[in-house]
Amino acid sequence: MSAIEKQRHILDFTLSSLGRRKSKNIALVTVYTFVLFLLASVLFLTDSLKKEAALILQDAPEMTVQRLVAGRQDPIPKHYIDSIKGIRGVQSVAPRLWGYYYDAFSGANYTLMVNAELNDPTGRVIIGAGVARRSAAGQDILPLGKNDVIPFKTYDGSVLTLKVAGLLPAASELVTTDLILVSEADFKKIFAIADDYATDLVLKIRNAKELATIAAKITQLHPDSRPILREEILRTYNAVFDWRGGVILMVLTGVFFAFIILAWDKATGLSAEEKREIGILKAIGWETSDILLMKFWEGAVVSLTAFFIGIFLAYLHIFLGYANLFEPVLKGWSVLYPNFRLTPYIDAYQIATLFFLTVIPYTVVTIIPSWRSATIDPDSVMRM
Amino acid sequence: MIRLQDIRKVFNTDKPNEFVAIKGVTLTINSEGATALKGPSGSGKTTLLSILGCMARPTSGRITLNDRELTSLPERFLTEIRRETFGIIFQQFNLIKGITALENVMIPAYPKGEKHAALKKRAMDLLDVLNLTDKAYSKMEWLSGGEAQRTAIARALINNPAIIIADEPTAHLDTALSKEFMEIMRRLKAEGKTIIIASHDPIAFGSDVIDRIVEMRDGMIVPSGDEP
Repeated sequence: MSAIEKQRHILDFTLSSLGRRKSKNIALVTVYTFVLFLLASVLFLTDSLKKEAALILQDAPEMTVQRLVAGRQDPIPKHYIDSIKGIRGVQSVAPRLWGYYYDAFSGANYTLMVNAELNDPTGRVIIGAGVARRSAAGQDILPLGKNDVIPFKTYDGSVLTLKVAGLLPAASELVTTDLILVSEADFKKIFAIADDYATDLVLKIRNAKELATIAAKITQLHPDSRPILREEILRTYNAVFDWRGGVILMVLTGVFFAFIILAWDKATGLSAEEKREIGILKAIGWETSDILLMKFWEGAVVSLTAFFIGIFLAYLHIFLGYANLFEPVLKGWSVLYPNFRLTPYIDAYQIATLFFLTVIPYTVVTIIPSWRSATIDPDSVMRM
Repeated sequence: MIRLQDIRKVFNTDKPNEFVAIKGVTLTINSEGATALKGPSGSGKTTLLSILGCMARPTSGRITLNDRELTSLPERFLTEIRRETFGIIFQQFNLIKGITALENVMIPAYPKGEKHAALKKRAMDLLDVLNLTDKAYSKMEWLSGGEAQRTAIARALINNPAIIIADEPTAHLDTALSKEFMEIMRRLKAEGKTIIIASHDPIAFGSDVIDRIVEMRDGMIVPSGDEP
């Protein structure tokens, strides 16, 4: 005689009970699994995107300095470099040239950035995967490849044709999908930026603890400047992904409520047959607690099955299936969509939250109506 | 020995449809032998049987089982007594659909936490005694009336109870099967079990297995020379 053996008997009986009401339970598990699949997909995707962005930003400069004119970003004079270099703790300061370019031909906005490696010889570009795909979109041609050419309309209306020297690696596609790297000379031909100006300055700092102090000193030195820390960029990314995840979750709220109504109806409404069974079990010697234990196992088996299948399918969807369902909302980059495979990343805390918000309430909900039936006098079965 | 003292059972108390099913029954049933509760439909047989089998509480009166007062026991203890002391055979058999005869027989023992192998062996032995070995793995809905009846008997016996309670056990059986049922009761009586049967079928209460007939009408025991 043992408590484990009793649990085993009751679990065995529960499993056979579930099998006897196959169609009801299969319908319930299917809908439940679908809801969990959607919720887990959003969680997985948001978390992985944030993780991915953090990994890529690891190589970004610790600090970027911009100049503001009337609250808008303006080219920064290169002579700022000397004064900033003089601040104790600053390892190096480098000017950066970059900007946005609207390509009327493909209808997309590209990010153009100067890369010193393309300065000799000029006339070459390295492009992100999204640029390669988008240039070919809507036309009966293949995506751009090495030695193809891209025409750029310059500030004075003339056309500058640059040759594709290569594609950026797919691993960084999340943030490089719309990127085009050009030489400094070609950049200036397109945008007409004066020689003694840069878009912004990037700084290397010896000690991360001094970042805030150095930023304060820069603003003191050049009141029209705005230092941006890498952590701030990461925070912005996180906020954007959280916000986008929130939008999807809001849309899913309807689905979730529909599921709650279905689960409540299916799980709480005991059929006449189920009530009869409870009566029989009580009459032949089952205690109320045994009936509740059986119903607990029933709820737990249904919700755990749905939970694990839902999580598994969400994992396949996000990490092997390119998150097809949510792609437009979560990964949108104007009209360019990055196409990449996320590195699997699962936060145990998020899974636990999902578990406590779905499995536990469902299991409790299934017990309540049984408790009502389980407390009736067993003699009702004598009159069936 | 079961002793009932001035038992009353009222349904829907203080409601317009209040109904008194048992009106002050006093009865003693000895530990050995077979007793039949006889009477027409609505005479209170089934209600009295429910009270005897600890499935329902009386509205007033006292019940003692082997000098142990049952009336005031909490539900948990009543359930334990019902499981350990009584084996109940219902009029409609009340087997659970969709599972095998063997599982149906084993169910009353599940809460006891007995080893599965030992429990299964006991259930198989009972099915064997009742000539149901080849039906052990048949689902309940595939069984004939007689087989379902015998499965219900096996289920009632799985916890080796001292008292067998049967409510209209022959109501859904033909004459041959009804006689077969009474033969099984004879064997159980010979093993020392107390048999209490509620029936208005002469094959049941008229059988020589029955030692004593208690006649009921309108919720009361009809006085006779046979009464204590």
